[in-house]
Amino acid sequence: MWPYVIRRVLATLPVLGVVAVIVFLLLRLSPGDPAAIIAGDNASADDILAIRAQLGLDRPMLEQFLLWLGQLLRGDFGKSIYLSRPVLGLIAERVEPTLALSLSTMAFAIALAIPMGVLAAWRAGSWIDQTIMAVSVLAFSVPVFLIGYGLVIGLSLSLDLLPVQGFVSLTEDPVAFVRHLVLPTVALGLVYTALLARITRATMLETLNEDFIRTARAKGLAEPRVLILHGLKNASVPIVTTIGTGLALLIGGVVVTESVFAIPGIGRLTIEAVLQRDYPVIQGVILAIAFVYVLVNLVIDLSYTLLDPRIRY
Amino acid sequence: MTGLAVSQPVLVVEGLRTEFATGEGHPMVAVDGLSLYVRRGETLCIVGESGCGKSLTALSILRLLPRPYGRIGAGRVLLDGQDLVQVTEAEMRAVRGRAISMIFQEPMSSLNPVITIGRQIAETVMVHEGLDWADCMDRALAMLRQVRIPEPERRLQEYPHQLSGGMRQRVTIAMALACRPRLLLADEPTTALDVTIQAQILDLIRDLQAKTGTAVVLITHDLGVVAEMAERVLVMYAGTKVEEAGVEELFDNPTHPYTRGLMAAMPHLGGAGGGRRRLHEIEGVVPSLMARPAGCAFAPRCELATERCRREAPPLVGIGGTHSVACWVTAGEGVLA
Amino acid sequence: MATTAIAAADPAVDAVRRRPGLLRRFRRYPLPALGVLLLAALVTSAIGAPWFAGQDPFEMNVVDRLQPPSGDYWFGTDAYGRDIFSRTLHGGRVSLVIGVAVAAASTLIGLLIGVVAGYFRTADAVLMRIMDGLMAIPGILLAIALMSLTRASLWVVIVAITIPEVPRVVRLVRAVVLSVREQVYIQAATAIGTNFPRLMLKHILPNTLAPLIVQATYIAASAVLVESYLSFLGVGTPPEVPSWGNIIAEGRLYVQIAFWNILFPSVFLALMVLSINVLGDGLRDMLDPRLARRL
Repeated sequence: MWPYVIRRVLATLPVLGVVAVIVFLLLRLSPGDPAAIIAGDNASADDILAIRAQLGLDRPMLEQFLLWLGQLLRGDFGKSIYLSRPVLGLIAERVEPTLALSLSTMAFAIALAIPMGVLAAWRAGSWIDQTIMAVSVLAFSVPVFLIGYGLVIGLSLSLDLLPVQGFVSLTEDPVAFVRHLVLPTVALGLVYTALLARITRATMLETLNEDFIRTARAKGLAEPRVLILHGLKNASVPIVTTIGTGLALLIGGVVVTESVFAIPGIGRLTIEAVLQRDYPVIQGVILAIAFVYVLVNLVIDLSYTLLDPRIRY
Repeated sequence: MTGLAVSQPVLVVEGLRTEFATGEGHPMVAVDGLSLYVRRGETLCIVGESGCGKSLTALSILRLLPRPYGRIGAGRVLLDGQDLVQVTEAEMRAVRGRAISMIFQEPMSSLNPVITIGRQIAETVMVHEGLDWADCMDRALAMLRQVRIPEPERRLQEYPHQLSGGMRQRVTIAMALACRPRLLLADEPTTALDVTIQAQILDLIRDLQAKTGTAVVLITHDLGVVAEMAERVLVMYAGTKVEEAGVEELFDNPTHPYTRGLMAAMPHLGGAGGGRRRLHEIEGVVPSLMARPAGCAFAPRCELATERCRREAPPLVGIGGTHSVACWVTAGEGVLA
Repeated sequence: MATTAIAAADPAVDAVRRRPGLLRRFRRYPLPALGVLLLAALVTSAIGAPWFAGQDPFEMNVVDRLQPPSGDYWFGTDAYGRDIFSRTLHGGRVSLVIGVAVAAASTLIGLLIGVVAGYFRTADAVLMRIMDGLMAIPGILLAIALMSLTRASLWVVIVAITIPEVPRVVRLVRAVVLSVREQVYIQAATAIGTNFPRLMLKHILPNTLAPLIVQATYIAASAVLVESYLSFLGVGTPPEVPSWGNIIAEGRLYVQIAFWNILFPSVFLALMVLSINVLGDGLRDMLDPRLARRL
């Protein structure tokens, strides 16, 4: 077990390294002078030179990369050009809303998608299945802002049930925290729900055709037990894998959702940074999020042993 | 065994008709008008080539036909007089695994790979007898001992992939017998196993049957298994019963041309090792259930077939004792072979 | 001889060869058929926008600003008094171009890299690590970063959306190439004298075609959605271009008083993405049922 864990952890290093190279090259390989772009249209030649020096763009490429990598390894993600503050600090300030929204969305989606997928597979081909699948493909296609503004107009503006936008910290007011999360969670969650419902249905469909399901029924077990204990547990590996890879989709949606609901999270930080050409912030956000993505998928990989005893390392 | 127990069958199937919806109007008939019975402590073997409907007969008895296409079109399945075709799904669940158990052909795939052996046996007990979990696990342990699995305490905590094929089939038997069923349906229980293991498993089933008095319906295509296990034999062809007799009568006096074909394909019966061979040496193939011939289903492959055989399906007629056969040609000729 | 055996053994290839009547397919796959009809309607409305729209999408009538839908303005007007019906139809053109261009570009690039990765063992390790790295960055985030590098234009949007989509195609193609490779090796051993690379190529295309078409469809749907997200966030198509995302981004300021500003372009967007996805599902079921598990 442990040798595998170590191997698996080490295997993430090249991926993170590649991410670092990609992020590094983004700025350097872009057409035009990045320093000029960052400085903006009204910048003087001196401003551009200053920015170039600040970013180290005047040095040889390899030296730049090694310097930058060295900083990263020391946990120094650089400084915001616009705010002159460490990027990591900026990210830390904005992490709570994004984390809260992502986690609540995952919980919402998983709670909704798995019963949907199981039910659809259980009654494959029936009207229940067809309805669930039609709803899924619809949910997968509707843009976040259509659902978001629809909910805002329907529930907040007309009925005044929930706050229209914004975010309240959990430590500040837990009730307001939850109330502010409801609409963004639903708006963002539907896409992820659709994705998970589809994979759940597909794997359950396969599992329910297995001989051991017939055995379970022949033992006189009730259908819920057959489906959940015998079916879902066997189907769990692909579902959990999709929860992990779907994170990329989820994070993309978070950026849009934060914008729709004016949530001051990392997505908003990114957009602000892009509009201000605050390149170190953009780099830092991408690196941080890629790191989280790789980490989550690593944990999921390692969890397979718990889900399926046949997987041994 | 008391006279009453002998005369009263545990299971009686009358005129069972199993159909599959095809989406093209009329359904496909997989089992057609099948009747059978089995008494306490008795073993009935159902023999036939694959696709003849023998497995579907067992699944029909348990009402486990594949959804949503399979269904029982007609007939009665009487378990101690209660018609299982008519009971509710909840009542049926109480029958499955408790009054009637089933073991399947593939011990590799019929156990759940992600649940320990102990839990898989114990959950049957828990569902049917509502005991404490600890008591259920005790029963599971006792069952593993009964099916002679070495180191049962350790096996309890293991997963199916950690066991050999023979051991797994012992586990499925332990699971099937955990609630002391009145009837055990065994669908090709030894087909997937090595020859030496086959004999052990058959011995085990026979031993446990003697101890518990359970009735056994054993489905097989292997006449060696039939000779070893059966008291009575039912030969199926293309969804219908073509011949039924006591085991000795059948081997001494096979009457239906199909049964004779099966026997002929098995050269040294009773010789060393049982001389088991697959039943595919008869010329031709089983007709598709979609394109069943008008007359006798076996007629296209039958050397003795007459015009009448092709036109009209033969009824099942008694030819002495409990021996009955469905054939226009050989039913009348008496004991000749 | 052996060649046809391999090709025929593959149900995907088989399915492409057998072509039942169009009507039968329609009946058998009603949902994809509806998707195709809806998509055809949307494409027609987009291509024919200059003729159907009636009004200039850029013409401002400040007197008529933020008018609700009416006989004159079917979908109402925006803050500058521009006709939203006309803008929405024209917005379809942008989405159409982006959907088609991104699907084509990412499929072609992905096919190329995938074949190289599947064929050359040494390149494989490097290329796949790069793909893993790209996949670790959420697509929209990468696109946003790419957009920030240079002045926005339709072409930059296409490039920015294409790059994150490439790894998915590469993985698909590579998987097919590797499995074909196994088959071809066996075959090459028996049919000595055949040119191995040529044999490979002959099998790669037929085997990748079905899954690639399906994947390209899904990518087109995703690209249309991502473009609208980028524009909505203000980092996409140049704001003067009436793309659906831009119309919605402008309209969001008036969502409380003039919801039609975002409703109609959003619905058109949703319908286009939906119809492409439904088409993709239908193609997947028709061309390669096994693909359902891989995606």
